[in-house]
Amino acid sequence: MANLLEITGRETLSQLDYVGSLNIQWWATLRGMRAALPLVGNRHRWRAAVHQMLEIGVDALPMVALMSMCSGFILAMQGASELRRFGALHFVIDLVAVGFTRELGPLLTAIAVSGRSGSAFAAEIGTMKVTEEIDALKVMAFEPVEFVLAPKYLAALVAVPCLSIVAAFFGILAGGLFMFFSTHLDLLLYFRYVLTSIELRDVVAAMIKSLAFATIIAHVGCLEGLRVRGGPDAVGRSTTSAVVRSTFLVIVADAIFTTIFYFVGKA
Amino acid sequence: MPLISVRDLVVEYDGRRVLDGLNLDIEPGQITVLLGGSGSGKSTLLRQILGLEHPKSGSISIKGTDMTRCSQADLKKVRRSIGVAFQSAALFNSLSLEDNVALTLREHTALAPSIIDLIVWLKLAVVGLADFGKLHPQELSGGMKKRAAVARALAMDPEILVLDEPSAGLDPIVAAELDELILFLKEAFQITALVVTHEMHSAFRIADRIAMLFDGRLLAVGTKDEVRANQNPRVRQFLNRVPANPMHTPALASYLERYVQSQEAKP
Ligand SMILES: Nc1ncnc2c1ncn2[C@@H]1O[C@H](COP(=O)(O)OP(=O)(O)OP(=O)(O)O)[C@@H](O)[C@H]1O
Ligand SMILES: [Mg+2]
Repeated sequence: MANLLEITGRETLSQLDYVGSLNIQWWATLRGMRAALPLVGNRHRWRAAVHQMLEIGVDALPMVALMSMCSGFILAMQGASELRRFGALHFVIDLVAVGFTRELGPLLTAIAVSGRSGSAFAAEIGTMKVTEEIDALKVMAFEPVEFVLAPKYLAALVAVPCLSIVAAFFGILAGGLFMFFSTHLDLLLYFRYVLTSIELRDVVAAMIKSLAFATIIAHVGCLEGLRVRGGPDAVGRSTTSAVVRSTFLVIVADAIFTTIFYFVGKA
Repeated sequence: MPLISVRDLVVEYDGRRVLDGLNLDIEPGQITVLLGGSGSGKSTLLRQILGLEHPKSGSISIKGTDMTRCSQADLKKVRRSIGVAFQSAALFNSLSLEDNVALTLREHTALAPSIIDLIVWLKLAVVGLADFGKLHPQELSGGMKKRAAVARALAMDPEILVLDEPSAGLDPIVAAELDELILFLKEAFQITALVVTHEMHSAFRIADRIAMLFDGRLLAVGTKDEVRANQNPRVRQFLNRVPANPMHTPALASYLERYVQSQEAKP
């Protein structure tokens, strides 16, 4: 019994320690972020950030679009099979439109980006750690946080919300295609219905969520990389744990945000 | 006043003492060669001097700045005057050789790109890599990486040069050229150098002072002649290349005898 308490206690402390490090790193990166901004910052950092944006955003585009299309079909079909029984097929439009804007767009994007880029961040930084590149940066009077982390974080902050919008669009498009084939609803008309059912509040909530997800993915990936000690095997483990932890934290954050928006929306 | 002074330095890894109350002074304009067996803590000492790790106790000062206690800004200022070639070379794998050498010049100076190109070419030429500037570190041999690391260390014309086994893995001709280069830098620019090496020949060629590390302490520090005349059995062993555990000790022989017999006795 005491043993169980001890294990629980130790586990809790180590998780708190992890979240603490994550916060410290977040603040440090925010402070270093100025250097990555265009015009006011260092142009080399900005160039690195743009490079990262393309890597996170553009390269993930086909995958995110396809995932959202599939999920759009699934949601529309599952919704239709139930709603048809009540003769409320047109509610499928609301379901897909609101579901994708508020929830599935940001969430699917976060899962795709954490698998592609979160792991890549961990692998890249972990390798730099093992090959002493991070130490080389330090002795060359660079700040690794500013040099490596800030461009990645900035890129994630830009790319993830953009991808979320794309994901929502493709999900909703899939819903439209389903409606077109099942009830011959005109696509233009469908999109007009969609626009009436989405409110500005939903879009703002989605953007806030995707910014939070971007923060989680970028920082968990980088922290896992920086915590690498030892050899190549440690790099491998860090990439796995970057994906697992960031996906987990994204879903926890999603639950928290959804709860907040639910109560704010009711008030 | 010494340029670098190490006082009572104690370093432990997981409770294992690697450096044990080490004292060392390095005078400006001198080449100090650090000798010592593999695993004796030479690289550890260099990492401490560069401020990459914190000691358990003791202090290190470079140009009057206490590296163990100073602010980040002071640390950066000192590091700008130091050129470092790591034992593992630690080149940036994502950058070409040219960019590796040019990095500090581009970021820490306001030199025109054409000037930077010229400097980079000169530094690479000096280590015999002028034709390989476009290659990435993965495309180089071990010895070429070592030389590239030296070129990168020289990029900013540092006041202090720290080289961790620069000639390991180089052929005798290139190693000798590197020795001459270090001597030339001392003569022409009064550079201060701290060089780790296992090559006795090279050590006695370039050193103004030799420091010999054993068991976390400095066994002998002095000029070439002082070290040559040193009667400490460990120092003699090192200089005369006497193996510490000769294979033909009676104990080993009898062990082998018994092992062979036990193998023969088996059915
Ligand atoms: N990060 C670390 N964690 C734990 N122990 C370490 C670490 N780095 C070095 N050591 C230990 O410190 C000791 C000295 O290592 P160091 O790399 O300084 O040796 P060295 O003198 O440079 O050897 P070599 O000539 O082989 O490069 C070794 O026993 C090593 O096991
Ligand atoms: Mg070493």
